[in-house]
Formats: sequence, C-alpha cells, structure tokens
Amino acid sequence: MIDDPLVIAGRTFYSRLFLGTGKFPSARSLSETIASCGTEMVTVALRRVDPTAAEDILEALPPGVLLLTNTSGAVDAHEAVRLARLARAAELPDWIKLEVTPDPRYLLPDGVETLKAAEVLCAEGFTVLPYVNADPVLCKRLEEVGCATVMPLGSWIGSNQGLRTRAALEIIVEQSLVPVVVDAGIGAPSQAAEALELGADAVLVNTAIGTAGDPPAMGAAFRLAVQAGRRAFVAGLPSAHSGAEASSPLTGFLS
Amino acid sequence: MALESRPDGVPAGTAAADLVGTDLVGLRARIDTATAGDVDRALRATRPTLEDFAALLSPAAGDRLEDMARRASEITLRRFGRTIHLFAPLYLSNECVSVCTYCGFSAGNEIARRTLSPDEVAAEARALTAQGLRHLLLVAGEHARIVSKDYLVECVRALAVDVPSLSVEVQVWDTATYRRLVEAGCDGLVVYQETYDRDLYAAVHTKGKKRNYDWRLSAPDRGAAAGMRRLGVGALLGLHPDWRTEALAVAAHARALVHRWWRCEVSVSLPRLRPAAGDVTPAHPVDDRSFVHLLCALRLLLPELGLVLSTREAPALRDRLLGLGVTHLSAGSSTEPGGYAAPDGAEPQFEVADTRSPAEVAAVLRSAGFDPVWKDWQRVARER
Repeated sequence: MIDDPLVIAGRTFYSRLFLGTGKFPSARSLSETIASCGTEMVTVALRRVDPTAAEDILEALPPGVLLLTNTSGAVDAHEAVRLARLARAAELPDWIKLEVTPDPRYLLPDGVETLKAAEVLCAEGFTVLPYVNADPVLCKRLEEVGCATVMPLGSWIGSNQGLRTRAALEIIVEQSLVPVVVDAGIGAPSQAAEALELGADAVLVNTAIGTAGDPPAMGAAFRLAVQAGRRAFVAGLPSAHSGAEASSPLTGFLS
Repeated sequence: MALESRPDGVPAGTAAADLVGTDLVGLRARIDTATAGDVDRALRATRPTLEDFAALLSPAAGDRLEDMARRASEITLRRFGRTIHLFAPLYLSNECVSVCTYCGFSAGNEIARRTLSPDEVAAEARALTAQGLRHLLLVAGEHARIVSKDYLVECVRALAVDVPSLSVEVQVWDTATYRRLVEAGCDGLVVYQETYDRDLYAAVHTKGKKRNYDWRLSAPDRGAAAGMRRLGVGALLGLHPDWRTEALAVAAHARALVHRWWRCEVSVSLPRLRPAAGDVTPAHPVDDRSFVHLLCALRLLLPELGLVLSTREAPALRDRLLGLGVTHLSAGSSTEPGGYAAPDGAEPQFEVADTRSPAEVAAVLRSAGFDPVWKDWQRVARER
C-alpha cells in the first residue's frame, strides 16, 4: 500500500476518506462510488436503515467496508444513546458516529449533549466517533472519556464551504491524541486535500460526492485528493509566507 | 408560556403571535411595487428576508422564473440530495361535525360515513407497509366524540409498533392531548390553516369548532410544545382570490415556526382545491405557472423547509416538479377511510389526480435520478 495506514480503535484503514450516504441518487450509484473512492468506512443513519424493506440501504455496502451507524435525528444525549443501543440490538457494528444535532436547519452539534452521550456509550463499549463543532477543548474532553476519534466540522453540513474553521482545526490537530476526522462542509477535492495537508487524519464527505453530476467519478477525484493531501503532510509542507524571500537573506554574504 | 385556549387572540411567545405581528399588508404592497432590481437582490440574498420573499412573489419576478427555478433546484439538491421522501395518508374517519364549504367530509354533505375500528386501522397500515411505505399520515374529520382523543391515542399506539413514522392531520387539540399522542408514538403534526385571511376563514367555516381561527393558528405551537418533531402547515390554494396574499402568510408562518421551534422540522403543503362531494369547484383556481412560482419562492426563502406535494396534483406536473424544491410526495393515496384494505364506498375527501401506486411513483423517481426514501425516522421511546 502506498499510503500510510490510519488506525482507529485498533482497526487499520488504508483509505483516509470516509463516506456519508444520505444524498445519493440511487443505491447503485452509492455502491459504485464506494468502489471508486476506495473508502473502507461508510456512515449510514439508523433512521434510514430498514431490514424489513425490499431494498435496504445497507445492501449497497460491499463486504469489507465498515458500517459506521450514525445517530442522525437525535436531539439530545438520551436519544443518541437509545439509537446506538438500537443499532447494537439490530446486530449492527458497535462503531457509532455520534451526532446530536437539535437544530435541523444547520445541523450544528450540541457539544454538551454530545459529551454526555459519549461518556455513556464509551462506558458501554461502543467505539464512538463524535461529530462536533471545531472546539479544541471539547475535543480534548471527548478524548478523555474514551472516544476513538474526534470529528470536527470544517463548516456547516452540506454547505460546501470548505475549512471555515481552519484556525480551530489546526489547534485540534496539534493537541489531539486520537485521530482527527474533518467531517462536514468539504465541498471539493481541493478542500479535502487541504484538511489532510493541515494534519487531519481523514475526512468524511457526503454532499460533495452524493450530489455531484457523476458521484462515482467525484468519489475517484476525492480519493486522489485525499492521497495527495496526506502525502503532502507526511512530506512536510514548507510554511507559507506573505512575500517573496531570498534564500539566505541574512547569511548570504558568508558564502 | 401559556399555550392553552384563549378565545380572543393567540398566546404570546408563539409562532402564531409572531405571524399576527407581521405586517402582511405592508408586505403585500411590496409585491406590487417590487422592481427588477428588488428581484435581483432577492435572488442573490444568502439569507432572504420576508421583504425579499415579497419581491420573489412579484409579477416582476415572474419574468425571472427560470432563474428562480435554477436557484431552487440548486438549494434543494445541496440540502436534501437527490432524494424524495414518500408517505401515504391513512384516513381513519370521514365523520365530521364542522361545515366547511370546500370539503367532501363537511357535516352537511349526504355521504356514506365510516370510522375505522383500531383493527381496521391496523389492516390499512399493513396494506400500506406491504407496499413499502414507512411514514403514514393519519387523517380524520372533526368529530370529538367519534374521533376522540382516546381513539386517536389508541390508533397511534397500535400503529407505532410497526410503522416507524406517524403524523396526524386531525382536528386541533390542546397541548395535553398532543403530549399523549407524542407519548403514544406520534412524531408529526399537520395543521392546515386552510386560509390565513380571517374574513374568508369565517366565510368558509360556517359551523363547528374549526371556526376558531386563533385556536387553530396556534395548534402547531401547542404540538411543538408537546414534543412533536415535525410540523406541517399550509393553505388550500383556490379559496383566496389572491394566491400571493395567501403565500405571504404561509411563508411567514412557516418561518416563524422555524425560528420559534428551532428543534422541529417544518414543512409546507399547498394543496390546490380538487372537486369533492358537495359540488365544490375552486372559486379561484391557481394555475401551474403561479404554483411553480410560489414553490420556488418558498424554497429560496427557507432552504431547509420540507415541501410536500400530494396526489391532488396530476402525475405529469408532479414529475416535472421533482428537483424544483419538492421534498415529500404522497403516493398511492386513497382519501376514503378503509380505502386500502377494505374499500366499501365511504366517501373520499377529494378526488385523487395521481392514482399511480407507490411502486410506480418510486420507479418514476428512480428514472428521474432520485432515490425514493421510504424510511427516514427511528422512534426513540422517551423516559416519562
């Protein structure tokens, strides 16, 4: 494998691109995109899962791809915990993307309730990946209660605005002892690359791929961008400067 | 916050009060005076105001309908993806003590009346879930004795076992009753004001409890206070001589609900009047172009708004409206109590224009590049 693997809760991922599933035009399009983008972890809302249906969304997931059930729709810790337990009762994997979003307009996460739910779920043995605002202190608190990652937003879900929270993301990346997954607002492959370049361990993308004209092709583009961003980070990006600079402005006379 | 009955007026601190406090007359005047420049600004606004909405409804905006449709389509795609939610109404009863001049169930109409027993309701639900439906809207006429609160709670409790999402569109109730419905497993409340014009409201609702305009207007607030997660409002297009006046009020109400009850998902439905028993023909029919104009303007004002299209609309138009802002479609609807499992000639509320089955509607969605979403809710029992 060319890229260095990412380990979350003891599981190794060779792709640093995680995929949301809520906005695809068809199950077939989703399946083809999973293949083209190379993802190994896909998140599905429990509210969309229906084992009794003729065609359930989970059927689009190929074997080997980890299902990350999310608690979309939960407005408080109680509901999120109940949804996670329902997922476990339905024999879905114990990996939970914890979403507590009381506001259906911007789907912004409630940090207080997210932390409460994370404490309960981690204690019950779930592998918890919480979706949070780009709040460095909250991320440390979530790490302390045992979350497997933190998933701060780049900008509002579905906004395609990129890394509007970049300054805070940099602090989170600097401080975090668990992998940092930038989870929302990434609207273009270049923005995914930017997240990886600044040191995020992975990105989770849905809208930009699911609503693209050709989702599988866009998935492939994101795959390349994530690989490029990660390689750039590992290679060590030179820091940016505002103006041109001579190679050795102070000591050039010595040579 | 007091949300109980106040015969004179609506309670403070509610979306109903916010609407009453909105200068709808002033906004209506802006519609007539809006210039091409106003329309342009409104089209470019990242967070449109009601003034922008007025400009978008204007005759001047009529010339920009294609631009509006393009924006509406973009916003809807970004927000909802290429998905359309499907649901079906389940008519519990056509008994009604109210007289409403536009409705087939109206008390004065000599029609076959029927109220389903809880077992019959369960059979209806089974017939619908067998077709894939997972979101049902329970509908009934207004009869507090026959379609009582206890009956409704019993129906919801029985269905909640197998149906992931249940909404009600029944007579309006107090907060305590809505709370009982929520605890039984109901998560959505739909209340059409029918018309927001008080004089017209009084003229078309000639008898029954429904005559209390303010009590109805504040029903979504009471439902939200009781824990309903989805609120649906709307008006019957065709009652009011000026669709733009009605549109302003609907939009202002929906917007007030979004702001006041920020945890709730709010949707709007704008059924156009269809022929029904009692020889109702719409007094002021709204043409397709105006209807599309209104839907696009609503989408631009409220990007997150659910926009519901019923089977009152003809298949050809329903198919063309996909992608222009519509998010929810009813499918395979029968408006007759018992019409799915055991039809016996009870009067339907109105004639359905789109008679395609849910499977047929889903196939059309797929061929148009949309994923039909049958289930999008997971009920979580609350601790008492």
